[in-house]
Amino acid sequence: MQLPPAVHARLAAGPGAAEPLPVERDPAAGAAPFRFAARLVRFPREHEFFEEGDVQRHLYLQDVLTGVAGVPERPRVPEFTCQVAGCCQVFDTLEDYEHHYHTLHRNVCSFCKRAFPSGHLLDTHILEWHDSLFQVLSERQDMYQCLVEGCTEKFKTSKDRKDHLVRHHLYPGDFRFDKPKKSKGPATSMAAMEVPTEAMGDDGDTMEVCSEHVTPPPEPVGEKRTYRHRVPSTVCFGQGASRGFKSTKSRNKH
Amino acid sequence: MLSPRQGLLRPVGCGVEELRRRRREREAALRRARREQQLVSKRLLRDDTPEEAEGRCVAAVLGEAEIQQFLRLAQRGTEEKEREGALVSLRRGLGHPETQQTFIRLEGSMRTLVGLLTSNQALLQLEAARCLHELSHSEQAEVAEACLPATSYLLTYLAGHSSDLIELCLYTLGNLIVESEAGRRQLLPQGIVPALASCIQSPHLAVLEALGYALSQLLQAKEAPKKIIPSVLASPIPEHMLRLLQPGPKLNSGVAVEFAWCLHYIICSQVNNVLLITHGAVSTLGLLLMYLAGTVQSSEDAGLELLVCPVLRCLSNLLTEEAVEAGGGQVQLRDERVVVSVLILLQFLLQKHPSLLPEGLWLLNNLTANSPSICTSLLSLDLIKPLLQLLPVSNVVSVLVLTVLCNVAEKGPAYCQHLWPGPLLSSLLDTLAFSDTEVVGQSLELLQLLFLYRPEAAQAFLQQSGLQALKRHEEEAQLQDRVHALQQTALHR
Repeated sequence: MQLPPAVHARLAAGPGAAEPLPVERDPAAGAAPFRFAARLVRFPREHEFFEEGDVQRHLYLQDVLTGVAGVPERPRVPEFTCQVAGCCQVFDTLEDYEHHYHTLHRNVCSFCKRAFPSGHLLDTHILEWHDSLFQVLSERQDMYQCLVEGCTEKFKTSKDRKDHLVRHHLYPGDFRFDKPKKSKGPATSMAAMEVPTEAMGDDGDTMEVCSEHVTPPPEPVGEKRTYRHRVPSTVCFGQGASRGFKSTKSRNKH
Repeated sequence: MLSPRQGLLRPVGCGVEELRRRRREREAALRRARREQQLVSKRLLRDDTPEEAEGRCVAAVLGEAEIQQFLRLAQRGTEEKEREGALVSLRRGLGHPETQQTFIRLEGSMRTLVGLLTSNQALLQLEAARCLHELSHSEQAEVAEACLPATSYLLTYLAGHSSDLIELCLYTLGNLIVESEAGRRQLLPQGIVPALASCIQSPHLAVLEALGYALSQLLQAKEAPKKIIPSVLASPIPEHMLRLLQPGPKLNSGVAVEFAWCLHYIICSQVNNVLLITHGAVSTLGLLLMYLAGTVQSSEDAGLELLVCPVLRCLSNLLTEEAVEAGGGQVQLRDERVVVSVLILLQFLLQKHPSLLPEGLWLLNNLTANSPSICTSLLSLDLIKPLLQLLPVSNVVSVLVLTVLCNVAEKGPAYCQHLWPGPLLSSLLDTLAFSDTEVVGQSLELLQLLFLYRPEAAQAFLQQSGLQALKRHEEEAQLQDRVHALQQTALHR
């Protein structure tokens, strides 16, 4: 199929439409026994017209293998240590460090040192566990927010919320990130991040911040803190995060 | 420059012939599946080093006792490396269908795995996620379904920040979504759409590609038009999808492919295409089309058709919406560069993927049907001759090319003046020699228009033995009336 050479130049040039030639139809056009009429054509989802392209799409899905052929291995860097106080984990790729940081240090409650999978769950935890105003308000109004993103329901008690999670959102009854607050004390305050039940074995996992030594988990902090533990503004993973010192007014933005 | 992330799942020690044969088998299986509307494909994400890839090929099937041992070691080992190693061994074993079966039948195994997934040991967590991912990829339905208890956690981690973990969770979710309606029925109330809507703002390309994959599986579900697409359309997802399809230096082909297919599944479901048009879908897709046509010349175009195909489909279907006219979309698409792009892409498809030609011609039909301006462009840019060169490719392609030419001819004498004199007539004499009724029928339609608006063409037709060509079809039920009418017309000019 030979395209005229001007075509590629036309593509590179600016926009522009052709001045249409005059249209002049004869009623005899397409009249019986002929039947042609210019028509827009639409194909619905399951139409067989799409078979060819769909098959090729699925071959692609089946074929894709990331990480090996042609994709470079993650670059190694000189070994470095996690800078968070008390953590002595060592890394030689940025990706490993990133995962470690995000899992263990990013969403950590500065009051009780529990780590959470997301900022959202951390915020909920701080509000419900460490905010005395919350306790007061919750006596009069529904304060326990549903944990599912996008759901704005609030409940009077933690149990009501759990029932909602199970019934409405089909969450498991033992969802690990929704432990009710128990009475204070070092033993039971471990409850939230415990990997529970007999089948689990020890829960020493959950509070370790340093895997090289087996240090006892830190006691819940007695004195008040007035700030939350957040990523220090100087930490940058090179992708989408800003560098350097930020002004304090944007510090609390997650 | 586009460079899709693509490799071949290459079993160790396979020759090229063997690979081709397997590919043909897979293609046949996919075709059968599609005809039964059971098209299901999963994606396996492997982060192997070459040593690991070999290890996988020789990994033995694991028995119950071994699985239990690995799980125990992962949970209670003293050294983190040891615990991680146990999970790596488990993961390798889980590549075998037998091991998968043993695993899911073992009491408490999934519970333990989920426990490890939700532990605060970063590397264990990742390995546990990889094990789950391996299971989710299984072709055995009960294995994948055994992973369903983990979904609330997979969704929870989408709101986290570790891109490695998020990527794994997304691929796992994508596999589970496509596997079972039960899985989808659970994931929707668990909030998968809002979770994806937040996650789509991630700057990480690997995450975005994984998200696109998961979303495309969700949108492909048969209940999607009623149960899934409305909530997706109501979320911020469509705007982000279109953003990620904007051509330019930031366009990533792996990401774009996934979201282009997502857009196609939404559009062809005809739920609310007007909404997409107001978000600028026509404009974005038109620009993307031009960008792809430009890329055809410069890159090695490996995998380009993966993106070209859904873009062609989306534009074609959107053109059938009335709202396009109102939104100024028609004006944008009248831009000569659009029709030029289609022709460039047709040339590309002819060379590399001729089976996809109909898709490009479909767009050309929808562009030309109601647009004098675009028909004029075809003529003034001398694009009729290249189109004629497509006629011999196949019957389907022939019919489509002839339809496009009819779109041009039916606009009247000013248009037919440019169709003859020219190569059109002799091409039509060739197509009259085809045996396919539809091809011949469409040729007859075009001839009628040509004779009507350009009577001199009828003369030339006679002189080139047109009557003999027509005679061949005199007895054909579907064609007789038209053949006779043309014979009369030609003789009485």
